[in-house]
Amino acid sequence: MTDFRVEVRVTPRRGILDPQGSAVQGALRSLGFGGVEEVHVGRLIRFTLSAEDESDAASRVDAMCRQLLANPVTEDYDVRVEALAAA
Amino acid sequence: MKIGVVTFPGSNCDYDCYRAVKDGLGAEAVFLWHRDHDLQGVDAVFLPGGFSYGDYLRAGAIAALSPIMREVKAFAAGGGPVAGICNGFQILCEAGLLPGALMRNRALKFRSRPVHLLVERADTAFTSEYETGQVLTVPIAHGEGCYFAEPAVLDGLEANGQVLFRYCTAEGRVEPAANPNGSARGIAGIINAEGNVLGMMPHPERVVDPLLGSTDGLGLFRSVAAHLARV
Repeated sequence: MTDFRVEVRVTPRRGILDPQGSAVQGALRSLGFGGVEEVHVGRLIRFTLSAEDESDAASRVDAMCRQLLANPVTEDYDVRVEALAAA
Repeated sequence: MKIGVVTFPGSNCDYDCYRAVKDGLGAEAVFLWHRDHDLQGVDAVFLPGGFSYGDYLRAGAIAALSPIMREVKAFAAGGGPVAGICNGFQILCEAGLLPGALMRNRALKFRSRPVHLLVERADTAFTSEYETGQVLTVPIAHGEGCYFAEPAVLDGLEANGQVLFRYCTAEGRVEPAANPNGSARGIAGIINAEGNVLGMMPHPERVVDPLLGSTDGLGLFRSVAAHLARV
């Protein structure tokens, strides 16, 4: 078994109204930051996972995303899996 | 007749629901604990409002996976009436018992005030004591009540008559100004295709006694009782 560092990024699905993103965009503009567009606020979920190999880790994390970490109706996700250096 | 109210960690309308059943309806009410696998032989289940598990991850997401929900799903699959109010609606969507999702209110504000609701259908297990087209006044209190589903899903809900309540004006007009949270097509409450699972953001259990300013919510509890008397 290998330990992996996993990061799951969950973002509002493209095209769905994201009032939080719009509010942050407005606030950045009011601070004077020009050229800011397409602001979206999501969340980052980070954990370590013990798995057979990278593809085992990736498929388990994908199942976690579908069942819990992301809402399939409103959110998209992407996953990064990286083997931790052996101690 | 025995009606169960599930208590999750963070539920805060469970006592209101319990009282609405016991005092408003005059029926037997029992609390069901989220960690149990026992529905205690109830005839209907209410999932109350609140902030189960602190709304962590997404409102209702963790509660949807709690032990009691396995029994609630089986109960619903067998045709048993299940009603989710506010956080209960969010839990039912997260559990896949109702389509769609409840998102952050469009104005980003927590809305806590009475709203007007249009009764779209009075021939269901949850609305038979109302009249189609009736306008109710029922409070809302939520930050994430903006109902969202893909347009095809919304079309299906409307075509199947699954929309039970919409936000409206005092005169019963469904218009954007009367929509407190940006919900798609003004939707405040829906049922599943089978008609035995209801989700709604407004709180009927808070308006079941003249002392509370209105009894407009009582009809929902009486409808469930009338339904149970029929089956």
